[in-house]
Amino acid sequence: MKEFLILAVVVFFSLVTYWLVEPFAHGQMHAHVESEHFAYADLPALEKKGDATKGADTFMAGGCIGCHNVKVLGMETGMSAKDSAAAYGVNPPDLSNAGAIYDAKFLAALIKNPAHATVVEHKFNDTRMHPMPGFYGAGGDDIDQEIADIVAYMQSIAVKPDEVTAEMAFKDACGRCHAVRYTKWTQLGEMPNYKYKKDELRFQADVLDYQDAVKGYMGKLPPDLSMYIRSRNEHFLSTFIENPQSQLHGTAMPRTGVTAESAEKVIEYLEFAGDPKAEMRNEVGKNVMIFMIFFVLFAYLWKRQVWKDLH
Amino acid sequence: MAHFEKANSLGEWFDQRLGVKTLERVLAKEYWIPKDINFLWAMGMVLAITFGILLISGIFLLMYYQPNVDLAFDSVNYTIMQEVGFGWLWRHVHAVAASVVFLIIYIHMFTGIYYGSYKKGRELIWISGMLLFVAFSAEAFSGYMLPWGQMSYWAGMVITNLFSAGSLELNGVVEWIRGDYVPAQAFLTRFFMLHVLLIPVAIMALIGFHFGALRLPHVNNQNGTDIDFEEEAEKYKSGNKAASKVIAFANDFMSKDMFVVAVYLVFFFYLVFWNFGFAMDPVNFDPADGLVTPAHIYPEWYFLWSYEILRPFSKDVGLIAFAFAQVIFVLLPFLDRSPNTVPANRRGLFKFWFWAMLVDMIVLTAMGKLPPEGIFSTIGFVAAVTFIGLWLILPIITKFEKKL
Amino acid sequence: MNQTRRGFMGKAFGAVAGVGAVGALYAMKRSWDPLPSVKAAGFTTVDLSSCAENKLIVEKWRGKPIFVLRKSAEMVASQNEAQNARDIIVEGSHYMIAIGLCTHLGCIPAYRADKSDFKCACHGGEFDSSGINTVLPPEKPLLIPPFKVTGATVVLGEEGEVYKKMKESGLIA
Repeated sequence: MKEFLILAVVVFFSLVTYWLVEPFAHGQMHAHVESEHFAYADLPALEKKGDATKGADTFMAGGCIGCHNVKVLGMETGMSAKDSAAAYGVNPPDLSNAGAIYDAKFLAALIKNPAHATVVEHKFNDTRMHPMPGFYGAGGDDIDQEIADIVAYMQSIAVKPDEVTAEMAFKDACGRCHAVRYTKWTQLGEMPNYKYKKDELRFQADVLDYQDAVKGYMGKLPPDLSMYIRSRNEHFLSTFIENPQSQLHGTAMPRTGVTAESAEKVIEYLEFAGDPKAEMRNEVGKNVMIFMIFFVLFAYLWKRQVWKDLH
Repeated sequence: MAHFEKANSLGEWFDQRLGVKTLERVLAKEYWIPKDINFLWAMGMVLAITFGILLISGIFLLMYYQPNVDLAFDSVNYTIMQEVGFGWLWRHVHAVAASVVFLIIYIHMFTGIYYGSYKKGRELIWISGMLLFVAFSAEAFSGYMLPWGQMSYWAGMVITNLFSAGSLELNGVVEWIRGDYVPAQAFLTRFFMLHVLLIPVAIMALIGFHFGALRLPHVNNQNGTDIDFEEEAEKYKSGNKAASKVIAFANDFMSKDMFVVAVYLVFFFYLVFWNFGFAMDPVNFDPADGLVTPAHIYPEWYFLWSYEILRPFSKDVGLIAFAFAQVIFVLLPFLDRSPNTVPANRRGLFKFWFWAMLVDMIVLTAMGKLPPEGIFSTIGFVAAVTFIGLWLILPIITKFEKKL
Repeated sequence: MNQTRRGFMGKAFGAVAGVGAVGALYAMKRSWDPLPSVKAAGFTTVDLSSCAENKLIVEKWRGKPIFVLRKSAEMVASQNEAQNARDIIVEGSHYMIAIGLCTHLGCIPAYRADKSDFKCACHGGEFDSSGINTVLPPEKPLLIPPFKVTGATVVLGEEGEVYKKMKESGLIA
């Protein structure tokens, strides 16, 4: 019985130390940020019902394709990603699947006032213009209706939201600024397998040029996200994606306006990039623990047999 | 050449050439251990097993690790963690074992302090044990540099800065240690050398010495009883094992050891697979960047008490206090002026001293992790002063201890 | 005290520990395996459209040198059946494609354009323009690597139809 008391004392002090050093200390160092579950409460609700057919015309009239590719419609601006970045600071996103990946309320707000919707008004104001001009209407008398029509059109040309893969969500919402070297993702797309070193270096030089443009636009190169699933926890990532300002006040990173489902898929991609062995770890762990139970049992039986005539 | 007869068995063949039977007798079958012990006596075996686990997992990490500042981080977090078959397992095992080994070291150390296993003939066991603690600390520190993450870099920067000796401003010494103005390629490869070769060899030599220092004084017991090992051994050998106060190392002590090890491994593997964050700090999953200091830098948990003694004071005072803290434990056998080798609960004021020291070190550990602000820095300061105070009064309270 | 019973539990525990050791050894064996990226890099694409006749081109595949030799019409005309069988025909032209390591002890033979053959400097072995050994010590022709022809390119490392047929007729060592 005395041994159980000793064990209890040892376990007690160990657990107290653990609690103080880990959960408690980390709680003190990082304030808890509440998630608003991607409600985008600060943005006005969508009141108009969008008409996708009308939206097709409004979309063209609005001039979006002047800067944005829309591959699903076969429309390309003709500017390379690198040149677009040099011109605007970052390569404007392809809009093919924006209707599926981003929140409709957010898209409407973005079209009307990009800096406001993406929460970067601390950076872009009267003295420095956001590279994307706001939509001033396409000739009609109800701008909100026109915007609703555009959003409805974008939703109609996109894949269904549940057809959006983790890879699609990441590349669309994050991939133009953030590289992920562990999946060979660069801001200019997945790094091809080159036979000759010269070609590989040329591609890398292009990526560096692009990164210089983004660095100038953002103030700092957006970090490579390969290990972010382990250097930050899931809750941090989710709240950060929802609103970067909540975790990194003053950051230049825009709010991307992804839906809750898309955010989950982005995190799924980061798990794939930084911790692909998680499932295997659980599997092997289970088997090891089962084995260990046998190990403890047989060790105990051996000890008991040896000590039978010693007590 | 000595005269050799034909051996009748393989065992006899080896015995004729190496004296295996004698070794077996002295180190296993007739190595007498007191019977009146508890599971804490198994911590030595737990440490030996954990060291073995570190060695083996280290071997497989060593096959793929690249000690180059541009390649190190990815060699660990991509190649080993994602590409190598079971590479993630070796990494997790190695990181968790490196952290848990210190928990066991502290339990082992405080067991020794509680039961007085550093006194009366056991001084060298204690001293070699403290040297092992220093060696393991150096091994852990050097190992932590290798993934070349943000914590690796900045811990390397801060700890090597200590060698500037405060107001002495020995910057040349610091640069010499680093091999560069800042932690860079030279720094990484020399700590790689230390971690993989020099310190493990030193640890193995010290373990040998530690075991050697234990053999003649024999293992202590729960009551501090003075045992006549010869008499008790005779009782055991004549068949009266139940009445004997001793047991044999093999298989008596070993079988109980193995059971404790088995329970420990359940706890260990639980951590390896499901609760490893404490051993793999998130900050170190950011690649090293000499131009960005993380918002919170802190050492691994087992260094926190030491770190906290350094922090609350001014630069020079802090360094002196830090140096004091590193060395003072070694002097325990000589600072304890009482001749009583009994458990602390029978040693009057020393009982309070023991629990005060234990609690104080836990408080120092906790404060060392927290940002040095407000109430935390006050508590840390009080705890650091208490630590020094406790060591200063130890000779006094033990001098006046009643002889039992 | 029963000796056999005493030993039994110890042996049983040893056996359980042994199972654990086997598991650990398996994990260790897997750690030695070539990495997925190494296995994936085992393919090289060779573009044959710009090969000159009777000029040896050396490519790299899985770390080994690969001889690619485009044969002229005269060279093809003077070939026997054994040599013809080893030809790889890509868009009308005949090629020798083989691993450029002497089948004696692995040195790289040098190509002699004037004689249209290979001479190995290490021990004097020789191969003809189809890679067939002609002078000892090599006793086997140069090895043909797995290949797949697509248009004017050949992918080394993949097994195409022609390669599979060559394998069936025993041309692949």
